[in-house]
Order: sequence, then C-alpha cells, then structure tokens
Amino acid sequence: MHDPFLQALGGIVPEERLLLGQAELLPYESDGLTAFRAKPRAVVLAESAEEVIQIVKTCHAHDVPFLARGSGTSLSGGSVPVEDGVVIALNRMNNILDYCPIFRSMVIEPGVITAQVTQRASEDGLYYAPDPSSGPVCTVGGNVAFNSGGAHCLKYGMTSNHILALKVVLPDGEVTTFGTASLEGVGPDLTGMFVGSEGLFGIALEITVRLLPVAETFYTVIAAYDTLERAGKAVAMLVASGLLPGAIEIMDRLVMEAAHAAVGVEYPSRAEAVLIVELEGPTEEVAEEKVQLQQILKESGAFEINPAKNEQERLMIWKGRKSAFSAAGRLSPDFIVQDGVVPRSRLGEALVEIQKISNKYNIRVANVFHAGDGNLHPLILYDGRQAGLYERAEECATEIMRLCIALGGSITGEHGVGLEKLVFLKEMYGPEDTLFMHRIRDAVDSARLANRGKMLASAEAPALFSHGLHPLEKQGIIFRN
Amino acid sequence: MQHTIPTGETGPCGEKMAEAVAACVHCGFCLPTCPTYQQLGEEMDSPRGRIFLMKEVLEGGLPVDAAAPYIDRCLGCLSCATACPSGVAYGELITSYRTRAENVRRRTFSQKLLRKLILKTLPYPGRFHLAATGGRLVRPIARLLPRQLATMLALIPGSFPRKEPLPECMPAKGKRRGRVALLAGCAQQVLAPQINVATLRVLAENGIEVVVPRDQGCCGALAAHTGAGKEARAAAKHNINVFPRDVDAIITNAAGCGSGLHEYPLWLAGEPEQEAAGHFAARTVDICQYLHDVGFRPPPPLTTPLPVAYHDACHLAHAQGVRSAPRALLESIGNVQLCELADAEICCGSAGSYSIEQPEIALQLGERKARAIIATGAQMVVTGNIGCLMQIESHLKRLSHPIPILHTIQLIDRAYRAEG
Ligand SMILES: Cc1cc2nc3c(=O)[nH]c(=O)nc-3n(C[C@H](O)[C@H](O)[C@H](O)COP(=O)(O)OP(=O)(O)OC[C@H]3O[C@@H](n4cnc5c(N)ncnc54)[C@H](O)[C@@H]3O)c2cc1C
Ligand code: SF4
Ligand code: SF4
Repeated sequence: MHDPFLQALGGIVPEERLLLGQAELLPYESDGLTAFRAKPRAVVLAESAEEVIQIVKTCHAHDVPFLARGSGTSLSGGSVPVEDGVVIALNRMNNILDYCPIFRSMVIEPGVITAQVTQRASEDGLYYAPDPSSGPVCTVGGNVAFNSGGAHCLKYGMTSNHILALKVVLPDGEVTTFGTASLEGVGPDLTGMFVGSEGLFGIALEITVRLLPVAETFYTVIAAYDTLERAGKAVAMLVASGLLPGAIEIMDRLVMEAAHAAVGVEYPSRAEAVLIVELEGPTEEVAEEKVQLQQILKESGAFEINPAKNEQERLMIWKGRKSAFSAAGRLSPDFIVQDGVVPRSRLGEALVEIQKISNKYNIRVANVFHAGDGNLHPLILYDGRQAGLYERAEECATEIMRLCIALGGSITGEHGVGLEKLVFLKEMYGPEDTLFMHRIRDAVDSARLANRGKMLASAEAPALFSHGLHPLEKQGIIFRN
Repeated sequence: MQHTIPTGETGPCGEKMAEAVAACVHCGFCLPTCPTYQQLGEEMDSPRGRIFLMKEVLEGGLPVDAAAPYIDRCLGCLSCATACPSGVAYGELITSYRTRAENVRRRTFSQKLLRKLILKTLPYPGRFHLAATGGRLVRPIARLLPRQLATMLALIPGSFPRKEPLPECMPAKGKRRGRVALLAGCAQQVLAPQINVATLRVLAENGIEVVVPRDQGCCGALAAHTGAGKEARAAAKHNINVFPRDVDAIITNAAGCGSGLHEYPLWLAGEPEQEAAGHFAARTVDICQYLHDVGFRPPPPLTTPLPVAYHDACHLAHAQGVRSAPRALLESIGNVQLCELADAEICCGSAGSYSIEQPEIALQLGERKARAIIATGAQMVVTGNIGCLMQIESHLKRLSHPIPILHTIQLIDRAYRAEG
C-alpha cells in the first residue's frame, strides 16, 4: 500500500476492516436506490467513536471527502459514496450506551437499528415514536441525517422532535456536543440544525433519544373509497374536524395489489383507494373519538369501514403499508419513488393532477403516502429495459415535483435532497436562501469534505433528470446504472 | 435493479437469474434477517450485497474468484427470501449461480479434496458409514489435519445407531385413506434411521400406506447447493425415474431433501425431463404438512406436561413455507406446551455441508441457537431436519445443557405408542 492516506487509515483500523478490493467496494456503491452509483476509494468498518474521529481527522488532513453510512436505505442517493472518497460504515456501532426509563431517554451509538430502540424500551411500556417504514432496517444515525418520519409522525413529529442531544465529530475532526438530556435546551437549537443536515455537518457519534409511553388503546380502521380523489378529500375533512389521529395513510389500487402479493393482507375488493386511520390514547378518549371518526368517514363517502378486530389484525394492516415501497418491485421491474409534500387541504386536487400527469406520459403511477401531513410518495413505474422509458419516467417524476412546489408544498417530506433533488432545492428556495445555506455549510466545513456533492452541491447544479448528464456525472463523480 | 446480464450466454438458468436480479430493488429489508450480515456486519455478506456481486460477475465486470468468499459464506438458508417484500427468488439465483460459477472458479488443492470428500461420501449411506468409522480412528491426529477436515471429524457421532432396514411397503392401519412414497434420505439413514421408522408408523396410524422405492438415491441437494450441477441433475433424473407415479404424494422428512426435490425443475431447466420434474416437485410434500392436510388423527395426551421448543429448519420454513403445520400437529397432542424461540427465523448454522466448509460462522450460529433454546426452559427440542438436529444436539452438549432432541415425527410417534 503506497498511498500515504490509505496507510494512515490502516493505522487506525485492522486490515480486515479496511476494504479496498473491487468485490468489497462494489456492494457499497449505491444505497436504497440503484439509479446512482459511485466508486469509493475505501470503505472503513468503524467499531468505535474514537476510530470515527481518527478517520475524519485523517480525511481532513489529506483533503479526502468522506461519507457516513448506516444501513444504506436512503432513497435519494444520500448514502451513495463520493467518488474516490471514503465510506465510513457505522452499522457495527450498534450498542445501547445508556437507558434511563425514568427519564424516558436512551443514549445510543449511531448504528443502532431504529426498531431496536423501541424493542428495548418496550419492557418498560415506552417506545421511540418516529416510525419510518424502513424501521427494522435503517439506523438512527441515518434517521438523524434525514430527519426521517413515518406514519405516526402526524401526531408526534419527525425525528427532530425526538432527539435530545448529539455528540458529533465535525468535518475537521473536532468533537462537540449539541443539546442536553432534558427537553428544555438553552441557547440556539444546534441539535435541530444538525438533524436533517444530510451528513453535511459531520457524523453523529452518540445520540440521545426521547422515549414516549405506549398509548393505552389503539383503534385502527381501513376505509374503502371508489376514487383516489375521494380518499384525498376525506383527509381534508378529518383534519378540519379537529380530530388528531396518530396516523392517516392512503394506499391506491396498485399499491394494495403489491402489498397483498408481498405480505398477504386483504383489502376491500372494489376499492380504488383505502385510507388507514389510527386513533390512539387513553381508552375513554379513543372510545369517544371512534364515534366521531366513523361519522366523518361515512360522510366522506367510504363504502366500507373495517376496524382491526385485534392486535394481530392491526399489525397486519401496518405490515402491508410498510412493505409498500419494496413490494412495488412486484408491479414493475423499475420504479422511482418520489417524496413530495402538498398542503393537506389540496390533497384531492394534487391526486387528480398526478393522475393527469400519469396519463400524459403514459406511465403508471402508484400512490402510497402519509396523507395526514400531506407527504406524497408517488411510485413511478417503468421498465428500464425499454428504450426511452427511463427518461420518460424521470420527466413524469419531475413534473410531479413541480406540481408540489406549485401547490405550495415541498420537494421532500422525509427522504431528503441527497443527489436526487439537488435541482429542486434551488427552485424551492430563492438564490438568497440558497446562498445562506451555503454560508452555514462553509462555516462548518470550509473544505466541503463531508458528503460532498449532496444536498448543496453547488448553487447552479442543473437537473439530474431530463437535461442530459449531470455535471457531477460529466466529472465522473457519480454515474448511473 | 437494472442489469445487462447476457441471458443467452449464462446457461439454461440465465433467465431465472436475471429475473431475480431485476426484482431486487436494493431496499435492504433482507439485511436484518441474514445470519451472515448479523454476524459479520458487512454489505458483501448480505443478501443484497451478494445479489449485487452475482450480477456483476454474470455481467462480466467482476472475476468469479473475487466474489467467491462472499458467495461461499451464504448459508442458503433463504431467510432473506422470506423477508423480501419484492419477491426476489434468491434460492433460484444462488443455486443456479453456484452451478455456473463452479465451472470457472479456481480452488486450492485442499479445498478440492474436501469438496470431493463431501460429495463422494455424505450422499451414500454405505460410504458415509465406512468413512465415518474410519474418521473416528484418525480423530486423535485431528490437530494435524486442515481445519475444515478436523471440523468434519468432530461432527461424527461417537457411535451409530443400528441400521434399520425399511420395508418396501408399509400397509395402512384400518381403512386406507391414502398412499404415498417416502424419500428415505441418505445421511439420515445412517445417523438416525429411527426417524424413517417413526415416519412409517405415524403414517400407518393415520391410515396411509407407504411405499419405499428400493432404488431411490440421494436427492442431490448437497451437490446442487455446492455448485455440482452435473451430480445434482443425475440424482434428480434417477429419482424421477424410480419413484412411482401412482401415489398421492412423495413424502420427505428431511427439510434439506424436501427443498431439494422442489428444486428439480430448476436443476433440470432446459433438459428433456424438465416437465416431469415439475410434476414430481408438485407432488413432493413434507411429512407434517401432508399429515396436516389429510386430517391428522391426534394421539392421546402425554401423561405429564412437557415444554417443547420447536426449531424451524430453514429448508422447511423459508424454502418450503412449512411453519404452522408442524406446530399445529404438536399442539394437538395434549400436555405438549409449545415454546417459541427468540430469532426463530435465523439459521442454526447446519445448512447441509456448511458447518464443514465455514466452521467459524456455523459455530457462532449453533451456539446462538442453543442459547435461545435453553432460554425457553424447554425440556425437549423438536425439528424437521436431520442436519439441524445434529448441529443443535452438539451445541446443547457443548453448553452443558443436553436437552433431548427429536424429529417432530418421533415425538408424535412416541405419543401414539404410549397409548398401547
Ligand atoms: C423500503 C424503504 C422504506 C422507507 N421508508 C421511509 C419512511 O417511511 N420515512 C422516511 O423518512 N424514510 C424512509 N426511507 C428512507 C430511509 O430509510 C431513511 O432515509 C433512513 O433514515 C436512512 O437510514 P440509513 O441508516 O439507511 O442511512 P443511510 O442510507 O446509510 O444514510 C443516509 C444519510 O445519512 C447519513 N448518515 C448516516 N449515518 C450518519 C451519522 N451517524 N451521522 C451523520 N450522517 C449520517 C449518510 O451519510 C447519508 O447521507 C425508506 C427507505 C426504504 C428503502
Ligand atoms: S429485501 Fe428483496 S428487494 Fe430488498 S434488497 Fe433484499 S433482496 Fe433486494
Ligand atoms: S440465504 Fe441466508 S445466508 Fe444467504 S443471503 Fe439469504 S439470508 Fe443470508
């Protein structure tokens, strides 16, 4: 090994944890989205915070870009390596460092799997609220970077509402702590700044999460509609009524078919769309809300309302919902998952427009989303083996994104900007806002080593889709499959 | 995911392999259930990592030998196929890939020797018996042998049970409700012939007549899963020929063999026997599933309560989807208290010849499974596969908890016989 940089890394971790060979690097070339790939120079399997700090310092000293990787389930190219940079894999750092049921908090390493936090806390009747569908796979470190959300974030907020404190290594190797173990922080909310920064501000080494007591009762219903638009309007009615369910989700016909094939859940046979609504809280409260909910669902035109009869049925409903993205592989050999937000009052309208866009491009679009907070996840289905279809699917995806912006929404609800949405960030924010973001980033990482090329690539980054090669592609920093 | 696998040039299973790769959306849902990813914590040793590597090799972008260590470490337990929401046929991919890769890869001399030894002894009851007896003699010098051979020796039991010749036909007790043929399994006949005897008796008890075709051979699974395609195809063709067609079902009681029989159409893709293989596989069914489907006649209750841990053999649960039938049969016996294991979907590390080829991982998984069993407080373990049975037995002993372990059908048999 003649490369002095690699030699330095070799001094930090033993040989078998410094991956350099082709077969070892290939599986790290992409994340939960294989549309983007990039070749890293090395992958380091870190096992302690100290190692991560040393690696970051070494990268800084040698001016080599780096990127943290949890479970690699990002859907926006977030954990695609920086070409010729270092991937710091954190999945082995999965220890629970401290658990304090009385204070309802837990200190964990970043590689802990999200679902395991709840698993551990459940013996004390506690749980960790953010519930991305990828919960059994993704890491809390990844959730922090992307401010991930899930079905139940409607009532309890996204990841950022559940992170009390962070110990992080900044891109120059300095170690610092944000926040405290209590909810009432003093001074600027730096934890809040770090959460959702997509790895641009460094690497989280220790995460203190907030835990909540498990609700006493759940009441989960599936309501069937004969059009997607009706289901969308039902959401607006629910929100306007003042009810605050734990979750409101929509799945359309195509997604129901996929979920049925994947996990065997049965859905009402004539339904074009279903609404999943879950009430949760103290038993008396839920009993009252239940009546109100049924009333609203009936008025909204649901032709069938099926409550889960027991816990097993309830879990099955969620299993079907949470398998939806991966199950889309059964509908089509290739698909793009979009992640946009529209104001809830305009959901019905947005769905009609998406249908029009789908017809216009003659590309099937399946819909599954966190309806309660207006977070759409259109799945744009195409067959990449047919010439020109990939491009058409991208154009279709782009138009849907623009629709979200036009309706007064946002370009990402939870999957992040990553590589995929670089262009839209500029469309959503004006030049001043973008410049401001760059200034903050430069204040933290003037060398732009952390996750270079993502989220804030450069102010003038043109579209990844539809305008030919992305400049990063031209430079050979990323390439597509 | 997209690929450029030249399906025309990748053999009769090229299309199947390409389909599996295409169905993988790289979501990672398979990661937490993969035993090697859990143990090793690296993408190359995960299902999606392996799919990626196989794709690259098939596309011609990566040498077979570079991917080999990671493909070899795959247990073939198919836990990933169960977890995959996208329906990736991982089993078809890995089996076809291994056969294809075997033709081109380079193995060291001692690897070749070990492979030969496994393929030439385990599938033949006579040779296995002989080799094992010989193996016991050289055990004192095991330290001097390659690590893997030493592991193989360590697995040989101290003594073998008496041979149990099976009748060619076992009549049904009472009114005949069905007629089936039994695959006796080769390693099983040497290591635990009582399992077949129990199977015959339980079937008879349920009004089922059983034929045991004399000329049957090894199912071929061991060969197929180590990439020896030629041997596997020969085994499949032989069995398709010698098993009678006028039976309701072909019964297997070793999960590994059962899943092998189900794979015959894949092994024989492009061969004249492919269609016959399809019919053969369609008639193949695990003993517990069969009993459950024909309407099981529960034995009388045990005299005292017995907490029983049921271990899901991977080749039963993941490969054949048989999970609830064995549990239902056991629960129908009064006083049997079924205990569920933590991480039940994770392999015990036996996986055919895996414990010989990858001893370290097999050891860790075996120990983990044994601890999960001990934690239930069960006084007996039952499972549907001879390989798991041996592996778990040895690890329970190592942890000084020699809880008795039986095949599911043996416990059922005992329950009938206690009656009279
Ligand atoms: C099937 C499927 C369903 C999904 N459902 C949802 C959903 O419902 N809601 C949702 O929000 N997302 C969802 N996602 C997206 C994804 O799971 C989340 O973005 C998740 O947070 C990523 O976690 P990860 O561990 O896989 O991170 P990775 O993909 O490995 O990394 C993601 C980003 O985080 C950075 N990062 C990782 N660890 C750290 C750290 N310790 N410090 C700083 N930066 C770090 C990486 O550099 C990268 O930029 C889904 C993905 C899939 C495949
Ligand atoms: S779960 Fe299935 S689709 Fe997802 S990465 Fe694993 S094999 Fe691929
Ligand atoms: S078959 Fe088992 S060991 Fe192999 S990739 Fe799948 S889960 Fe992992």
